[in-house]
Amino acid sequence: MLTVRQLTRPGLEPVDLSIEAGECVALSGPSGAGKSILMRAIVDLDPNEGDIRLDDAARGDIPAPRWRRLVAYVPPDSGWWADDVASHFPDADAARRLLPRLGLPAEALAWPVARLSTGERQRLALARALLVEPRVLLLDEPTSGLDRETALKVEDVLRQRLADGVAILLVTHDPGQTRRLARRSLVMKDGRVTDAAPAPGQSGSGA
Amino acid sequence: MSYITLDYTDLAVAALLVILNAALSIGLRLGLEWRLLIAAGRMVVQLALVALVLKALFAVVSPLFTAAVALVMVLFAGREVMARQTRRFTGLWAYGLGTTSILAAATIVTVLALTTQVKPDPWYDPRYAIPLLGMVLGNTMTGVSLGLDRLVTAAARERNAIEARLMLGQDFAEAMGTITREALRGGLMPIINAMSAAGLVSLPGMMTGQILAGIDPVEAVKYQILIMFLIAGGTGLGVLAAVLGGVRRLTDGRHRLRLDRLTLTTGG
Repeated sequence: MLTVRQLTRPGLEPVDLSIEAGECVALSGPSGAGKSILMRAIVDLDPNEGDIRLDDAARGDIPAPRWRRLVAYVPPDSGWWADDVASHFPDADAARRLLPRLGLPAEALAWPVARLSTGERQRLALARALLVEPRVLLLDEPTSGLDRETALKVEDVLRQRLADGVAILLVTHDPGQTRRLARRSLVMKDGRVTDAAPAPGQSGSGA
Repeated sequence: MSYITLDYTDLAVAALLVILNAALSIGLRLGLEWRLLIAAGRMVVQLALVALVLKALFAVVSPLFTAAVALVMVLFAGREVMARQTRRFTGLWAYGLGTTSILAAATIVTVLALTTQVKPDPWYDPRYAIPLLGMVLGNTMTGVSLGLDRLVTAAARERNAIEARLMLGQDFAEAMGTITREALRGGLMPIINAMSAAGLVSLPGMMTGQILAGIDPVEAVKYQILIMFLIAGGTGLGVLAAVLGGVRRLTDGRHRLRLDRLTLTTGG
C-alpha cells in the first residue's frame, strides 16, 4: 500500500520501507535516531527526495494537501491554532461519536485548549487526524502520556482502523504495545532503518 | 504670504537645549551625552546636505535626477525595513521583498497623486514629487516593516499550529490565514491610528509647516488630508505586497512551512 524507496533528506540515510493495507509496523529506536524526521519526510513537511507511492500513485502527482489527508502524521507535540477545542474539529458530530471511544467525554469539544492535559491533547490530536479518514497513519508515540487503561482504549480504536484496511506506522517504546498491535518491527538508528530481530522486546532503546 | 526666516544665531540658541540635555545626561550619569551630541550633529549634517541636494534638484527639474533621488530614498527605506526585522529571509529576499513592495506602492501612489490631483507642470517637478514621495515612503516603510516582522515572527512561533493544519490537509494559505490577517492588521494599524488622532492629539508636520510658511489653514488642511489618503493607500498596497509575498516565500509547491528560509539575526 505505502511504499517508500530511497527516501533521503539531511539526517536520514536512504530509507526503504513498505506497509500493507491493514498492517501495523512498529518503529523503535533511540531518540534522535530520525523517527520523526522520517515521518515528516513521508508526509512531505520538509524538503526530501525519494520515490513514495500510495498504491500505484506517486506522491509527486498528488497535491500536497490531498497527500496529507491520505497519509496522516500525528506528531508527539500537537499544534493548536484556536482557543477552543471545537474549532479544530470541522465535523462536530463525528467528533462527538469518536471521543468517547478514546476515553474522552463528548463535552471535551467545549473545553479551552489551554487547559488540556498532555494526555487529552494527545488523544484530541489523534482524533482530529482519524476524522480525516486517512488511509495511512504515521503515529509518533500516540499513547506515551496515557495510563494503561486509556492506552488500551486507543489501541482498540487503532485495531478497528487496521481491520478497515488502514496501514499504520507506529513509533512506540512499549514492547507490549508492539506485541499487541504490530505485525512486524523496524528499528531506526542514526538515520538508518533495519528490520528488528524476530523476537520482540529485544534489548534496545529501553524507555 | 509671509514667513519669518531664521538666521544661524537662532539655531545656535535652540542648540543650547541639546547642550542642556547633554549636561543633564552627565549630571544624572545616563551615559547618553555622546550619543545625543552625535545624533544632533548627524541630524544637522544630513539635513544640510538634503537642503543642498534639493536646491540643486529643484533648479534643474530633470526627470532623470528626480528619479535617481527617488530611487535612493526607496533604497534607504528598504534598508531600514530590513534592519527592523528580528528574523529575516535568507539571501536577496531579506532586502528585496520589503524594498520591492515599498518601491511599487510608493511609486504608484505618488505618480497617481502627481498626475491626477496635485498636477504640477511638469508632473515630475521635484519640488512636489520628492516631498510627496518622502511622506508616503516614511509611512509605508513603517507599515511594511511592522507587517513583515509580525508575519515572520508569528510563523516561527506558531510553527506547531501551522504544521498541524498542514498535516490535516489544509493548504498553506489556509494554514497561514490567521497569521496573515494578523500581519496585515499590524501593518495597517499605525496609519489608522495616525488618521484617528490627526488634529486632536497630533498636528501633522506637513500641515504645520505650511501654516508656518503663511498658507491659509484651510488650504494647509486640504493638503494634509490628501497626504493622509495617499499614505493610507501606499501603506495598504505596500503591506499587502510585502505580507503576501512573504507568505509565498515561506512555502513552496508542496505546501510546506519553509522556516529554513528565515535567519535569526538578533536573539529575538
